[in-house]
Amino acid sequence: MNSALQLGGLKKAFGGLPAINGVSLEVIQGERRLIIGPNGAGKTTLFNLITGDLHRDAGAIRLFGEEVSRLKPHQRAHRGLARTYQIITLFPKDSLEHNIVLSLLGLSKVRWDAFKPLRGHPDLIEEAGRVLRRVGLEHLARRPIGEVAYGERRRVEIAMALAQKPRLLLLDEPFAGLSREERATVSELIAGIPREVTVIMIEHDMDTALDLAERITVLHYGSVIVEGTRAEVVADPKTREVYLGD
Amino acid sequence: MQFWIIQSLNSLALGGLLFLLAAGFSLIFGLMRIANLMHGSLFMLGAYIGVTVLKYVPNLWLAALIGGTIVAIFGGIVERLLLRQLGSNVLGQVLVTLGISFILADFCLIVWGGDPIPLPTPPALQRPIIVWGVAFPTYRLVVLAIAVVTAILLHVLMDRTRLGAMIRAGVDDMQMARAVGIPVSKLFTTVFCLGAALAGAGGIIGGPIMSAYPGLDADMLPLALIVVILGGVGSLLGAFVGSFIIGAIYTFGTALLPDLAYVILFLPMIFVIAFRPTGLFGRQGA
Amino acid sequence: MNWARWIVFAVALAGLPLAVGDFYVNLTSQIFIAAIFAASLNLLVGYGGLVSLGHASWVGLAAYLSGWLFLKMGLGHGITAPVALLGTTLIAGLFGWISLRATGLGFLMLTLALSQVLWGTAYRWASVTNGDNGLSGLTRPAPFGISLEGPLAFYYFSLAITVLAIWMMSRFVDSPFGAALRGTRDQPRRMSALGHDVWLIRWVTFVYSAFWGAVSGLLFVYYNKYIHPASLSLTNSAEGLLGVIAGGSGTLAGPIVGAAIVIFLKNYVSAYIERWNMLLGFVFVVIVIFMPDGVVPGLRRLWMRWRSR
Repeated sequence: MNSALQLGGLKKAFGGLPAINGVSLEVIQGERRLIIGPNGAGKTTLFNLITGDLHRDAGAIRLFGEEVSRLKPHQRAHRGLARTYQIITLFPKDSLEHNIVLSLLGLSKVRWDAFKPLRGHPDLIEEAGRVLRRVGLEHLARRPIGEVAYGERRRVEIAMALAQKPRLLLLDEPFAGLSREERATVSELIAGIPREVTVIMIEHDMDTALDLAERITVLHYGSVIVEGTRAEVVADPKTREVYLGD
Repeated sequence: MQFWIIQSLNSLALGGLLFLLAAGFSLIFGLMRIANLMHGSLFMLGAYIGVTVLKYVPNLWLAALIGGTIVAIFGGIVERLLLRQLGSNVLGQVLVTLGISFILADFCLIVWGGDPIPLPTPPALQRPIIVWGVAFPTYRLVVLAIAVVTAILLHVLMDRTRLGAMIRAGVDDMQMARAVGIPVSKLFTTVFCLGAALAGAGGIIGGPIMSAYPGLDADMLPLALIVVILGGVGSLLGAFVGSFIIGAIYTFGTALLPDLAYVILFLPMIFVIAFRPTGLFGRQGA
Repeated sequence: MNWARWIVFAVALAGLPLAVGDFYVNLTSQIFIAAIFAASLNLLVGYGGLVSLGHASWVGLAAYLSGWLFLKMGLGHGITAPVALLGTTLIAGLFGWISLRATGLGFLMLTLALSQVLWGTAYRWASVTNGDNGLSGLTRPAPFGISLEGPLAFYYFSLAITVLAIWMMSRFVDSPFGAALRGTRDQPRRMSALGHDVWLIRWVTFVYSAFWGAVSGLLFVYYNKYIHPASLSLTNSAEGLLGVIAGGSGTLAGPIVGAAIVIFLKNYVSAYIERWNMLLGFVFVVIVIFMPDGVVPGLRRLWMRWRSR
């Protein structure tokens, strides 16, 4: 079994406050992992450490067997890492199509072309259309992000990450702020992600997320409290304590 | 020997004046995130106001007090009327201070003319102090003393008073400070006026050494900038240490290698930026 | 890119000398120089989101390099021009590396400090730069043997260079790199996560912007046949910035319009007002507070409002 992500004794503190307190975990390729925990447990901080947006204080981060803690975020993207954000970070004045194009450019040599107009790369635009079709948003391709509904923007977030054809996808609260129908659509989307992609998801909304998870890691005050299959974690009394105890 | 004494004291005096300028700049930037590009002009304005005030009040220290106050009031008006308007438009605030620096420069030219005007050294301090047969220019020692005293007073202000605590809180985390109920609006005006007062008074105190002349603002601003970049934004200690380092480099550089003094100033800045982008003592990234 | 509008404009400019006298021809040449200066600055400011107060450095470096090589080494323009451009671009690479250790206001302060260091050096290193006297006795090039001494010849020369410059910059802006640059302006973290090397994109833009700044510097020194340290001053950098903001930083046309406004103001107003600096300051304050988007978008808004009456 090949490891997609391996964290060894990861530590991060802000000022005096330890946010991540020695986290070790391993996610196998193709796995669907869910990371849960109450607010402030350190879930997004963990993601930021994996992507490189934050520098770790100590510990190892292995992406497909390679130590990446010294690599900058864009370098990790080139090694197959992609993420979505809890707060939607799209390019609001640009069209959906343009947003996806920017994502496609990130890993393409074409991004260094400083002379030929972007329009002169029709293959990029076609590919963007295909990505949008996969998430059911092709009809809105030309609209600016600012004009589409929140649920649709969430789907664009995910589409942007999928456009990178990642090997490891980090989804940070993909269901945040969605209505029930929107949640169903996004859930379907995530369920439909091919097995070559390893998916790690942070979620608060247990109802929807639980179905998608194969293994669950429960985080509390920056440490792993419980870890195991869905059944194991749900049954474990420590899980209930973490959510209901304090 | 005399040469080295003179140059050393010149650098200490310049360092002291730079501290008066840089401390204000650093506080304003650290707290309000405003790069106050009119800071050099406030220094110059102070010097020119000193020239006029001294005609009626022949005491340099009183003049410094009066001049500092006038410049502080001017600064407060600019902050309330113009900078406040621009809220979080950080670039706009910088450009407005730049615009005002141009206005002030020409204003001074119109009112006081184009010739350099030296400010008279207080008579009691005109004769050098002779120690072991070596003459020390007295006024420069006094300027150094004033800078050190100001540094101590500022340190006490920041460390022991409520105002200082509020400033430090604001520099560290503005949102928290607001949440905790610190009157941010009044604090901003107070700090801006304080910075302006230091700059204005500094111009008058520096007058006997530097004179008031068109271009004084353009000469002082980059030095203050380099001090703040070197010492770290929002750090009083950084401003203090940085001021004397730059004062020394600039003075000795100008004396020994006049052509390349500016290039030599360059080097510590590059060095520090390369290895510690937040400056020697700064905590926040600029 | 509305090509038709630009072509019409270029043709109109080509025909301008037929309609106006030497004074306006020279004035327009000056506008061309300022337009390249402002447009190149805008690559950084408007498209990159990085405000620099040191753009005048490139004008000064290119002009002094060209002038010094001519006066002290007796080299012809065929050599001094490429050397000046190359030298300035290399120094821009260094300055860019230093300045980009920070972003936002830190970047601004670094560009300002570096530029002021150059300015101070230009005044003091009199053995090389002639200090406050400046370098005079410089010449205009004679491409293919055609003399550029007369206003008309220089006009068409600078028009040609300007058309080339604006065309290159428009390609830059429309290209994938330009799209990535705008992305780093709007969402730098997101761009990193997508695989873009944000620092490198910014550095390349910095250097490219400096290159065209240097081109405007060469045109400047050819026009005036003289270079003085004041051309490296903060005032000059600020004028360029004013052109960008006045015209509107969101478009390619904005800075060109803004530069034209600044040159007009300078030339007309300076006949009546000695204190150009003061006026510049006032205009800065007024524009920043009342027309933060610039004149071109402001006019566009007025036009839209008038149309929907």
